[in-house]
Amino acid sequence: MSQARGRLLRPALGLAGLVVLFGVWEVAVRGGWIQSGFLPAPSSLGPAWLDEVRSGAWVQAIRDSLTHYLTGLVAGSVTGTLVGLLCGALPVLDGLLSGIVRVLRPIPGLAWVPFAILWFGLNTAGATFIIAISVFWINFYAAYGAVRAIDPDLYEVAAAFGHGGFRARLRTVVLPAASPGVLDGLRTGIGQAWMSVVAAELFGVPGIGARMMQASSLLATDLVVVYMLTMALLYAVTDMLFMLVRRRLLGWQG
Amino acid sequence: MAIRETGSASAGEVVVRLENIGLSHDHAHSFILRHVDLEIRAGEFVALLGPSGVGKSTLLRVIMGLVQPSEGQVALQSRPAQAHRPAAMVFQDAKLMPWRSVRRNVELGLEGLGLNRAERHARATAALELVGLADRAQRWPRQLSGGQRQRVGVARALTVEPDLLLMDEPFGALDAITRASLQRELLDIHARRQGTVLFVTHDLDEALLLADRIIILHGHPAGVKGDFMVGPRPHEGAAVQAMAERMKRLIAGEADPGADAAYWQASEI
Repeated sequence: MSQARGRLLRPALGLAGLVVLFGVWEVAVRGGWIQSGFLPAPSSLGPAWLDEVRSGAWVQAIRDSLTHYLTGLVAGSVTGTLVGLLCGALPVLDGLLSGIVRVLRPIPGLAWVPFAILWFGLNTAGATFIIAISVFWINFYAAYGAVRAIDPDLYEVAAAFGHGGFRARLRTVVLPAASPGVLDGLRTGIGQAWMSVVAAELFGVPGIGARMMQASSLLATDLVVVYMLTMALLYAVTDMLFMLVRRRLLGWQG
Repeated sequence: MAIRETGSASAGEVVVRLENIGLSHDHAHSFILRHVDLEIRAGEFVALLGPSGVGKSTLLRVIMGLVQPSEGQVALQSRPAQAHRPAAMVFQDAKLMPWRSVRRNVELGLEGLGLNRAERHARATAALELVGLADRAQRWPRQLSGGQRQRVGVARALTVEPDLLLMDEPFGALDAITRASLQRELLDIHARRQGTVLFVTHDLDEALLLADRIIILHGHPAGVKGDFMVGPRPHEGAAVQAMAERMKRLIAGEADPGADAAYWQASEI
């Protein structure tokens, strides 16, 4: 009983915190402490959202952004994880790439925007490229670190029981042992990719980010907040879906 | 299905022969092991006894093929039976794979032996029954106690039906009560299986309790400094006491006063 209460207490507290935030915010705007042109009242968000849905722009923006998001996320996650795993498992490759990694790693995804526009243009491919780059590094380091942290004795155990070759080691030790770290990287990437979505679209590639820029240039701050909350919702959904998968895969961790 | 009996048909045959084994990390300098000659025969329970850090575990890894010796040869006899491994090892801290269930840990060595799923399942079940953990097959390693984890380690090694079972201080990290009960179980399993065991320990009492032959490894580089046939269990009485006294001296690095008269080679018994 007390356990059930404890399980419910946290989400209830979280909800209460949100209600207080929006309540104070609403009162502050209505009381005139904050000008509504400066920050729109929460009560104005509903109508603004409904207008946006009716015009079809809301669904279209989500659809466009989800396309960039998912393709960029998958491309960056797969390549980052793969290269990270291989670098962790193959010292020669690790050495070969160490210089390149050192040069490229500090360059933020946004710095690639000029090249994204040059190479791909102001389109889906360009936005996807920006998102993929920022997700790549997160997954690269997560996978690399996870492989390097594997208890070396487990390789010995695997070899003692007939799993000695590189591929056998990869299958029996590296992939399962690194999976918690890899999954943590994927999760961080899932969040980071949403930030990159906005950044990548601010330059005019259609989507949530572009719609936010249009709204802010028209001083439609209520619309900007609607899209901010839309992103928060999309992030919450993707993160929750991922955590369901993760729990299934990592039952052994408890 | 029971673990197949081994050894009884070929009792007395040499299972493993080490010839002039030497091991150095930086080639030719600072040998860890040097001039190690050793023969172990089918059915023997041999304790490899020596101080911590002398190279006992390393010698076990040389026999297992996990470490290549710098000198000498290891000849491991393997019976012609299908679907088994010549040697299997029980590690110091069990070293189970935490992402595999107990059953899948036990099946680790069976993968790649060409057995189908049902055969692997049957063998793992038999091994788990032997160590008293059949009801824990679906658990994760984290859900087991230290003693239970080590039992799984023993089952994992037995399930490949090895000609030679290597045990690297398997009970060293356990509390005294658990250790005592696992020692008893190991003797029980050995009595039923009649396999060949090489058991590394730094504990003379443990060696005397378990083994019918005790080999002392000592020195820098380490070599075989004594080889004692302790005879049938239980190991009590004046003769065993006298041997134990000599072993203590050897482990402490002292000269063995009885060495000339009674350096017992296993082959002479």
